[in-house]
Amino acid sequence: MTTGGHCTAADDGILLDVDGLDITFGQGATPFAAVRGLDLRIGRGETVAIVGESGSGKSVSALSIMRLVEFGGGRIAGGSLRFQRRDGTKIALEALSEEEARDIRGNEIAMIFQEPMTSLNPVLLIGEQIIEAIVTHQDKSHREAAEIAFEMLETVRIPNARAIMKRYPHQLSGGMRQRVMIALALCCRPQLLIADEPTTALDVTIQAQILRLIRDLQKKTGMSVLFITHDMGVVAEVADRVVVMYRGEKVEEGPVETIFAAPQHAYTQALLNAVPRLGAMTGTTAPAPFDRLAYGASVQEVEEAVPPRPVDYGTPPLLSVRGLTTRFDIPEGLFGRVKSRVHAVENIDLDIWPGETLAMVGESGCGKSTTGRSLLKLVDAQYQSFTFNNANMSELAAGDLRRLRREVQFIFQDPYASLNPRLTVGFSICEPMLIHGIETKANAMDRAVWLLEQVGLSADHVHRYPHAFSGGQRQRIAIARALSTNPKLIIADEAVSALDVSVQAQVINLMIDLQRRFGISYLFISHDMAVVERISHRVAVMYLGQIVEHGPRFRVFENPHHSYTKRLMSAVPIPDPGLRDRDRPLITGEIPSPVRAIGDVPPPVRFEQVHDAHFAACE
Amino acid sequence: MTQSIETAAAVADKPKFKTPLGEFWRRMSREKLALVAAAIPALMLLAAFAAPLYLPFGPDTYDYENTLMGSSLLHWAGTDEFGRDILARLLFGAKLSLYIGFVSVSAGAIIGVVLGLFAGYYGGWVDAVIMRISDVLFAFPGILLAIGIIAILGPGLENVIIAVATFSVPAFARIVRGGTLSLKQSTYVEAARAAGASDRIIMFRHILPGTMGSVIVYFTMRIGSSILTAASLSFMGLGVDPSTAEWGAMLSAGREYLLAGAWHLTFFPGLAIFLTVLCFNILGDGLRDALDPKLNDT
Repeated sequence: MTTGGHCTAADDGILLDVDGLDITFGQGATPFAAVRGLDLRIGRGETVAIVGESGSGKSVSALSIMRLVEFGGGRIAGGSLRFQRRDGTKIALEALSEEEARDIRGNEIAMIFQEPMTSLNPVLLIGEQIIEAIVTHQDKSHREAAEIAFEMLETVRIPNARAIMKRYPHQLSGGMRQRVMIALALCCRPQLLIADEPTTALDVTIQAQILRLIRDLQKKTGMSVLFITHDMGVVAEVADRVVVMYRGEKVEEGPVETIFAAPQHAYTQALLNAVPRLGAMTGTTAPAPFDRLAYGASVQEVEEAVPPRPVDYGTPPLLSVRGLTTRFDIPEGLFGRVKSRVHAVENIDLDIWPGETLAMVGESGCGKSTTGRSLLKLVDAQYQSFTFNNANMSELAAGDLRRLRREVQFIFQDPYASLNPRLTVGFSICEPMLIHGIETKANAMDRAVWLLEQVGLSADHVHRYPHAFSGGQRQRIAIARALSTNPKLIIADEAVSALDVSVQAQVINLMIDLQRRFGISYLFISHDMAVVERISHRVAVMYLGQIVEHGPRFRVFENPHHSYTKRLMSAVPIPDPGLRDRDRPLITGEIPSPVRAIGDVPPPVRFEQVHDAHFAACE
Repeated sequence: MTQSIETAAAVADKPKFKTPLGEFWRRMSREKLALVAAAIPALMLLAAFAAPLYLPFGPDTYDYENTLMGSSLLHWAGTDEFGRDILARLLFGAKLSLYIGFVSVSAGAIIGVVLGLFAGYYGGWVDAVIMRISDVLFAFPGILLAIGIIAILGPGLENVIIAVATFSVPAFARIVRGGTLSLKQSTYVEAARAAGASDRIIMFRHILPGTMGSVIVYFTMRIGSSILTAASLSFMGLGVDPSTAEWGAMLSAGREYLLAGAWHLTFFPGLAIFLTVLCFNILGDGLRDALDPKLNDT
């Protein structure tokens, strides 16, 4: 067969020139066209971002540049991909043999993926994985490669790099793993780095660190970066030029400033509208839905403009807990003696009023999810007092737990994992009603249909299985199930974190809408300050198992008092390319560990009153 | 106060309430090959029960004039060293072998699955007791354990079944316990608990079906090996009477004539065992696919 066509041309500064790229999946007369006629140019040292929602063809385009798309069952059906090699020759990537492609992969074009855990080999030491990549592509001895690996880990700012080389991937945190992935990608000094949603799975605070790292490294090495993301906020932080894709086609392209200042295409505008902007809610007290989201006919919107209902703080709170503490024993040694404990939640007080949204924010591992689970008694917790709906839940008689789990429902981060894959969504929605005897079998399905319609899905979805839905639809199903028992409170644990930004905005709008219509309270657990600003009435900031600041949302956001709150807010990407190089106090390093030896109890937090209902921990 | 969610709007097209079991049958009906595989042992049994109507020989009709005959129009599968018709013996043996294989493995599977489910779900001392006992059972080679049980209970068909069932229990318990341990951690189980589901609902509706895939595959493989184990016991005089028309016993007995050129004595019982095991394997594959909506639903 043909090999990569070599032709020398004058250096025009263009590293990669994609022309009319078509990618299809499947065989037969009508294969599915994932990408149609994509044109893309990446200059030397340039950062180009491809933006679009899941299924827009952005990742597939990137995989075709690496010639990896064939492994997923795809095919480059047309178009050309011209790549300039280090020695100046131009090659046609689409015509390379598998052997020639391997020489390019990892060597001249490198890639980092979304999920750093699954892209590292779990049974190999970190150091060995980097050394292997170097030895494969460069004429280096194992010892020389080890030295380069060490330097690379230093470059990506991994503390104590020598020790880290002798660790396994599971011993590192998500942010650390992504740094290792970047070191792995850069160890052969590639000309082009493809970053496929590299920060989507990370905390906002870690995301800010990684984005800054990629930018610094690019300045240092002069490589080009192709950045793939669904988040316009991230784009504003890194890109020089932006390509917007929608359903396999490029709908808009331009310099990043132009795209943000004057987006031409309606889809780009909708994408920009969906980005939660910190400060967008300044001057308001109640949550407000996003505007003008609808683009295309993908999801039917539930918009009947229900007026917001004010929260009456004069009434007693719906849920009130004092001194909530959850600790997990860490058994050690042969006999499982407990020498230390994870202090996941440490002596916190919570009040949630009817019809209000209380947001809990903080980084991974700060105990916010455990707080939600403790309230439903999914984990063992202690407290001084616990009242729900004027009933004392401290004693927890047999019937109390059932009533609590009927009136408080839970929505999980990963909607796919939270739905039993072997049950139809209709049955999953019916199950809580049947468990609590709210409906008979005959009527339950009617109500499931009605609930699906309330969340913007249709009646014929009841008999389908979870795998037949998109991520956003699955979260709608999970919300429908949570609504099935007429709950007074819904605990939403990172309920929108795993969703595309545009879908995330739709789900937030749905939650706000449902609250206005049915007067439900939410405990909204999230790490994303910008999302929290949108949806909440009140905010509690959590750090290492304790609340460090709480108060009405507008007070906390407009006048953050605690230094941790300020740093959390500064980590949120700002969808404005002009503010990219702002000086901001980033949270550096790792999230501290909440593991403490037995008997080592952290001192209770002392609060100072900042304003009426706004309290911050004394520092 | 608030507009209640209970005011369900009238739905024009009333959807039927579909139970998970009904959905399973609907999907199973699409697994054509598996249905064929299920039909073959069933047909064997039918042919066996109807044999007196069309076969001129019983399994124990001796004919010393025609011993060790090859296939002929009269004896389709030939005759054995006593001149007994092998086809008749095979058909009679189908009843016996399938009965032993199916009943013993089913008994072992039911007990093992329930024990494994409890051990995995409750953990702690329940787990420790159940799994230590099954470790002890595991420590014996299967056939040795069976011999030991026969030694206590005495030979005979029922005792063979008990013996084979007993050494199937720990394997099933292990498989289900492993699946339960991982599914117990899954988010949808936590979601069910958060919705107020009882332990019973969580165990039998949310966890058990998830472990059934590997159980069913193992079940089908186990039927084949159980038929062989039962045959080995029979051969050693610990199971059914050696002269009984049972596939494994026929195979063992025919071994002696293999070098004498009478290959059909072992070939046909072997073929019967092979076919039966293959059918159960294909059936197992089909059942597994039907249990997993992702593989089966379009």
